[in-house]
Amino acid sequence: MTASLLAISGLTKAYPGAVANDDVSFDIGRGEVHALLGENGAGKSTLVKMIYGLVKPDSGTMTLHGAPYAPAEPRAARACGVAMVFQHFSLFDALSVAENIALGMETPPPMGDLARRIRAVSETYGLPLDPDRVVGDLSAGERQRVEILRCLLQDPRLLIMDEPTSVLTPQEVEILFSTLRKLTAEGVAILYISHKLEEIRALCDRATILRQGRNVGTCLPAETTAREMAQMMVGTAITPPTRAARPLGDVALEVTGLSLHSPSPFGTALKDIRFSLRSGEIIGIGGVAGNGQDELLAALSGELRSPSDAIRLHGTPIGRLRPDARRRLGLLAAPEERLGHAAAPDMSLTENAFLTGAGREGLVTRGFIRWPETEGFARRIIARFDVRTPGPGTAARALSGGNLQKFVIGREVLQRPEVLIVNQPTWGVDAAAAAAIRQALLDLAAEGAAILCISQDLDELMEIADRFGALNEGRLSEIRPTAQLGLDQIGLMMGGAHDMEVAHV
Amino acid sequence: MDLSSINPVLLLASLIAASTPILLAAIGELVVERAGVLNLGVEGMMITGAICGFAIAVNTGSPFAGFVMAALGGAALSLLFAALTQIALANHVASGLALTLFGLGLSSLLGQGYVGIKPPPTPKLDIPLLSDIPILGPVLFSHDLMVYLALALVAAVWGMLKYTRAGLILRAVGENHDAAHALGYKVVRVRVLAIAFGGACAGLGGAYLSLVRVPQWTEGMTAGVGWIALALVVFASWKAGRVLLGAWLFGGVSVLQLNLQAAGVAVPVEYLSMSPYLVTILVLVIMSADKSRAPGSLGRIFHASQ
Amino acid sequence: MRLRLEKRPQPARHWIYLSPVLAVLVTMLAGGALFAALGKNPVAAISTIFWEPLFGEFAFYYRPQLLVKGAPLVLIAIGLALGFRAGIWNIGAEGQYIVGALTGAGVALAFYPLDAWFLFGLMILAGALGGLAWGMIPALLKLRFGTNEILVSLMLVYVAEQLLAAMALGPMRNPEGMGFPGSRNLQNYPAAHNAELIAGSGMHWGVVAALIAVIFAHILLGRHILGYQIRLTGQAPRAARFAGVNPARLILFCLGTSGALAGMAGLFEVSGPAGQVSIDFNVGYGFTAIIVAFLGRLHPLGILAAGLLMALTYIGGEIAQSELGLPAAAIQVFQGMLLFFLLAVDVLTNYRLRLLSRAPDPSRSL
Repeated sequence: MTASLLAISGLTKAYPGAVANDDVSFDIGRGEVHALLGENGAGKSTLVKMIYGLVKPDSGTMTLHGAPYAPAEPRAARACGVAMVFQHFSLFDALSVAENIALGMETPPPMGDLARRIRAVSETYGLPLDPDRVVGDLSAGERQRVEILRCLLQDPRLLIMDEPTSVLTPQEVEILFSTLRKLTAEGVAILYISHKLEEIRALCDRATILRQGRNVGTCLPAETTAREMAQMMVGTAITPPTRAARPLGDVALEVTGLSLHSPSPFGTALKDIRFSLRSGEIIGIGGVAGNGQDELLAALSGELRSPSDAIRLHGTPIGRLRPDARRRLGLLAAPEERLGHAAAPDMSLTENAFLTGAGREGLVTRGFIRWPETEGFARRIIARFDVRTPGPGTAARALSGGNLQKFVIGREVLQRPEVLIVNQPTWGVDAAAAAAIRQALLDLAAEGAAILCISQDLDELMEIADRFGALNEGRLSEIRPTAQLGLDQIGLMMGGAHDMEVAHV
Repeated sequence: MDLSSINPVLLLASLIAASTPILLAAIGELVVERAGVLNLGVEGMMITGAICGFAIAVNTGSPFAGFVMAALGGAALSLLFAALTQIALANHVASGLALTLFGLGLSSLLGQGYVGIKPPPTPKLDIPLLSDIPILGPVLFSHDLMVYLALALVAAVWGMLKYTRAGLILRAVGENHDAAHALGYKVVRVRVLAIAFGGACAGLGGAYLSLVRVPQWTEGMTAGVGWIALALVVFASWKAGRVLLGAWLFGGVSVLQLNLQAAGVAVPVEYLSMSPYLVTILVLVIMSADKSRAPGSLGRIFHASQ
Repeated sequence: MRLRLEKRPQPARHWIYLSPVLAVLVTMLAGGALFAALGKNPVAAISTIFWEPLFGEFAFYYRPQLLVKGAPLVLIAIGLALGFRAGIWNIGAEGQYIVGALTGAGVALAFYPLDAWFLFGLMILAGALGGLAWGMIPALLKLRFGTNEILVSLMLVYVAEQLLAAMALGPMRNPEGMGFPGSRNLQNYPAAHNAELIAGSGMHWGVVAALIAVIFAHILLGRHILGYQIRLTGQAPRAARFAGVNPARLILFCLGTSGALAGMAGLFEVSGPAGQVSIDFNVGYGFTAIIVAFLGRLHPLGILAAGLLMALTYIGGEIAQSELGLPAAAIQVFQGMLLFFLLAVDVLTNYRLRLLSRAPDPSRSL
């Protein structure tokens, strides 16, 4: 760690109704891995977007290599040696690896040369990749390699990485970390955004912690406990969910030989999924994003239909039933995407309460909607789950992620499901809301419901699940009791047989 | 009925000419859709081009000036669509319909004084030697400049999309506008340019109808050609080369039914006139099974929120 | 200084009502400019169009016309709006209108000169079924093959126009018509005539049907689960699938209903105001209804108001044509403009305009 590479001083950015960044200052040295730590909504993305030229600060200055730095657009940032690996939204599924990389470069060489350089650089850093493959067919880990290679081909001085490990298996994380260490040895600085404390302790030299848009401190992760960092990040201590021992009942949901094609061209087909879920039990399904999670939820919720016998609810075959029919029988679901899937963004909370509550809550008589009762149901959800909103007439899209998620989960929980399927129940949700949601799931199980929780957050699954299985390329691993699982085993389950070879690279 | 009056060489030659308006409009719309924009206003832009080109050609005596003006007119009208969808973030489908309704009205207003006039002839470009080759000569090498321009345009669009950086950026914007924006590409600018190009092409196609194919001005003379061009883009799976095939197919159908009409086939004229539309539906039915090639962001509204 | 759009946290209620009004006002201004460019007095032209039919000297004649012209527009637009709400784009109402007129009139012509009380009811049924059948073609093709309903329904307009020509010149031609194209005039066939219910009021069965359609659609969208499913599917298709909506049923319902309503509108027109099946009895109501549907914000009561407004521009346009020599096409442009401005000001419902005094921000360029 030598002289400062990038110094940030007093950066402020306000949006209507919210200050995303308030007077943030810190600096990053050459060859340093600097962590940017904070909860969802703490202002991490806005800050890096300012560094990358996607957003212009209201006030404050930046200095790069000792010279004033104010990129007007990403192109200018890239020209100054600043590169960014995005968490979402920056790859083109229908284009090839080489085309995707060319789009991220200022003056790409002809395609033939580029393909050669991609092969060369990917060898050097241990990130094997075929430049001619279509990106949509790649696994999540491979897609990330494309993004990293795109940056590396431009000889960056500062590499920004936004939650890079959220799409990786533990083994893949190790490979990524060794790549990053190689880079820092060459003097490249890395700004590493995450909320995973252990990983920051393992990788980062320094950490800057953001809370509600403010810099609340910089620390040396190696010398700080995860608990201390969490305290700084959240502000208050969060009480972890309490887990009561509960007796398991009969098998509530039985899935046997479930195989399905994905409706979307770049989706993942489900291959011979089988498991059984008992009343009072929570099964956690882990796995890297894009390995069939959405398809599994759709198959269980009824959005995708399967052979009748493949799914049985208390012994009744339900594979051919639509979601509303399954709900009537007691199987409820909450998909990952809140806006547009679990809820209609422009509809009011009352109308959104009707979306899944119509049947079980008796909100329809002879085809006509009972609006007063529906509003009452919405009010009960709002009250019981502490949804912060002006009222049930508010549009769903006006709620914050955490509040809407509480509403969505609450809507299903209040309908007393016998089986509940959730996908990423706390994705993009602040710590307090996440804790509340996990507690609600545990309480529901304690009352005898069977819960299948699909999540990419391993900590979450370890916290609430009785048994754990992992999805890999549409296949489900054996399901094992969580109490007996170590991180290595989980990694192998997530990687499946295929990725184990990569793990030895 | 006398089918022997149909001369296959002339039939093929007029097929090439008959396919030109639809080819021009479709290749323009292909670029628009590859940029992620669904402009249903092709019919409106075509007919506006038809009258703009016609009026200027009549007033200046130069078909060339007519075609230039037709392209400008089509592009100008398409910019209205661009303003609605790219700036006011209006629904693509509704805006495209608005453009067609407006274009139909505007063209008949502009065309008030031009009914029943003959435009100056567009010269045929008889390519020396080549046009003297039997059969191939009349079929391929004795057309007017616009026919060759249309073919050149198809080749240019194909090459642009496949080999150039501009083409790559255009495809990227159409595939995933959020990603393109995150990389710093000007999504709106790229789309506005594509829309204007599409408008110019549609305008040229319309002018080819009013100046060469018919040639005269009548209200509503495009008679659905713009819509068929839209169907053609689907038929072509958003590939430039296949647009050419499709245009020839439709050119063939419409020329054939005209020839059958002329030959006095014992089917009422109206039923023959239906055939291009029915063929379009048939083609849509056959081609719609494969949806995967449609650009990922097609018809979606882009707003850079962060 | 520059303008920027910012998404509102939720749709602004007042703009939902204000935007059509604003659009009409802006269209009047732009239309005035257009008329001035055509060498007409813009104030006179605008007042002729909007004032004359309602309060002018001959208002007693024009006011009933408002109902006559507004009814088919409203009837068709109600059907279209149901589909548009669900993201199902039937833009071939003109074709369904024509086919409904043909089947309805066909029944009358087949029974001529039978004088039976049930004949008119049978014609309405036939008209509705004809439009329904024509609307089912894009629906079934969409379900079976995934074809785009926009293009198919539109292609069928051109097919229907040819069919109309074939019928007017062929099987339906008036045998006593001295060889002129066109069918018998149903106005002279009392059992089949869609006559005024109250003389001089403009009120015919089509007006009644339009009003019933408005009421039904209003209840359907606001209170019935099917209406909820229509709205949900249009706003968030994935959420609709998650809720358990059967998309196939919605496609059949929306295209079927809009086809049937358009077919009925065609029947009421051909058996009443138009009188006979002739090559050009259709005057583009099927397309104008698209404007009406949007101008009415896809809301049944809004459509009722928008249909009357659009009828006003038709009637006023005709007056301006005869009194001021304003070309008929100018009115068509005027109507087109209205839709343009409506779509443009609609953005204010979901976004707010913000004045920025700072240097341009590249990430927000419009």
